[in-house]
Amino acid sequence: MPVNLDGIRTFARLAQNPAELARHARGNIELWANLFVIGWAIAFMLWQGAGFAVIVLTVFAIWAILAVSLNLVVGFTGLLSVGHIGFFGLGAYTMAILTSDPAYEQLRTEAIPTFGWTFFAALPVCIGLAGLAALLVGVVFNRFRDDIFVLVSFGFAIIAFNVFLNLRSVTRGAFGIHEIARPQIGNWVFDGEVEFLLLGLAFLALVMLISWFITTSSFGRVLTAIREDEQAIEVFGYRATHFKLAVWVISAMMTSLAGGLFASWTSFIDPNSFILLESVLLVSIVILGGLATIWGSLLGAMAFVLLEEGMRFIPYLPTEYIGQARQVILGILLVLLMLFRPQGLVGRYRL
Amino acid sequence: MTGNDEALALQTEGISKHFGAVRAVDELSLSIPRQGTTSIVGPNGSGKSTLVNLLSGVLPLDGGMVIIDGVGLRVVHAHETPDHGLTRTFQEVRLFDQITVWDNIMVVLTDRRLFSSLFERIRPANRRKAQEILESVGMWEKRDSLAMELSYGQRKLLEIGRAMAMDVQTYLFDEPFAGLFPQMLERVKDIMKQMRADGYTIVFVSHNMDIVRELSDRIIVLDSGTLLAAGDVEPVLGSAEVIEAYLGA
Repeated sequence: MPVNLDGIRTFARLAQNPAELARHARGNIELWANLFVIGWAIAFMLWQGAGFAVIVLTVFAIWAILAVSLNLVVGFTGLLSVGHIGFFGLGAYTMAILTSDPAYEQLRTEAIPTFGWTFFAALPVCIGLAGLAALLVGVVFNRFRDDIFVLVSFGFAIIAFNVFLNLRSVTRGAFGIHEIARPQIGNWVFDGEVEFLLLGLAFLALVMLISWFITTSSFGRVLTAIREDEQAIEVFGYRATHFKLAVWVISAMMTSLAGGLFASWTSFIDPNSFILLESVLLVSIVILGGLATIWGSLLGAMAFVLLEEGMRFIPYLPTEYIGQARQVILGILLVLLMLFRPQGLVGRYRL
Repeated sequence: MTGNDEALALQTEGISKHFGAVRAVDELSLSIPRQGTTSIVGPNGSGKSTLVNLLSGVLPLDGGMVIIDGVGLRVVHAHETPDHGLTRTFQEVRLFDQITVWDNIMVVLTDRRLFSSLFERIRPANRRKAQEILESVGMWEKRDSLAMELSYGQRKLLEIGRAMAMDVQTYLFDEPFAGLFPQMLERVKDIMKQMRADGYTIVFVSHNMDIVRELSDRIIVLDSGTLLAAGDVEPVLGSAEVIEAYLGA
């Protein structure tokens, strides 16, 4: 994003003159948000050591891919989708089923189809299937906008979860799927955490590149116009429904990629990872970071991961409350954000 | 079908639009010649804006046919109107608020096709065109502002600029003068006079009779969704039925 490059340049210039930096920084929430989140991340990782940093960064990479892809739909196009968790789950389950080890699966009571594929063979299928599903769903969703769209995408998330939970002959329902393969190129398996992190960051970079390419093109400008006034952009000769469908499919495919990555990383998935709440958290990350900014999504994802992981270290907080406390704090944070900074940490646009 | 008349830019044949029991436009047939300025006037609720919305495909027709540039259409798709050589502005200014002034113009200059627009960056020709348009409506200095940050008059001007950027034959301006300060008003008048001199077809809706007299070559008077009178300005405005419609019987 050109805006962010400007920001970095400005920062580099100001860094050489502390007095001016101080003057400039006063009231510049965007700069403070950047400094705060990045500083917090570095401090946290230094404090907890390398092993923990690798895990934090891997979780961050997966959430960031999700946030960047969702921002294409929510931030740039103005379609508030709370259903993306369905595509995330679709990717994860496709990866799980295609790569789970037949030898291991035979030991289980409830048989599901097994293929024993490698990660890199399964990944294109994850992405392709999500693209197909998004196309089918999107054709229907295209009829709706604004609050109705939110409700419809909400419905999609619920349906997806119920499929994962109840289609037991394929997903083994609540028991979940184990022994999901780690990525492998030839004989080189990404079984180390650092190797997987690098892979995750590489995919994040790819997703950012695609997003950047889309949003800086004429196509991207049309998306922002659709967000502002869909009917008006039609009058100027654009078929808004086609553009919306295209970005929806692209976003779903990238979301599914994150799903495949997630399944392979945890090596075990069950429907609980794909509940509606996770989708809402994801939307929160996008809004927290800022709509229609790729950098904002990274910042939002990092803040979220730090919040989640950092909570483990709150004294006297029993571990079983961490999940709930995370939601409470994130909820409060969102309310405060909407009150005082509706455009998010570094965003310029409002919902 | 009389649609192949070369001298006509726009024509309607018995078009209707009903909102519940209200007949906003009722079996309306009219024709607008190519080139020159045609104004559409009429009391509040006479169907002027509905007519513009029907012609530009923003509202679907309930019946009848619109003939744009010789092509008869029973269904007007908004996204096809530029192909027929038609564009418009809106009564309540509808800009793309949270994008820049520059992008508001640029967005109507770029590739309409899904796939190739993905690979299109700002082309030099489009850059020149956008600059030219923004300078002609006096908005070049404001190019990096968001459209929502502009004053009302500037927004009106930018919307007219956006329509000009479409570079089509026929322009529908819905209330381009409403709520403008005198200085802005002169500016819009100048732009429209220039476009008329350049041979474009201009159709505008207005309540301001002084401007209607000054700019129009031809006038269409609507009342309750039907055609009350059409023709040269002075005879039409002087006719008894028009005066009656305006003053109320």
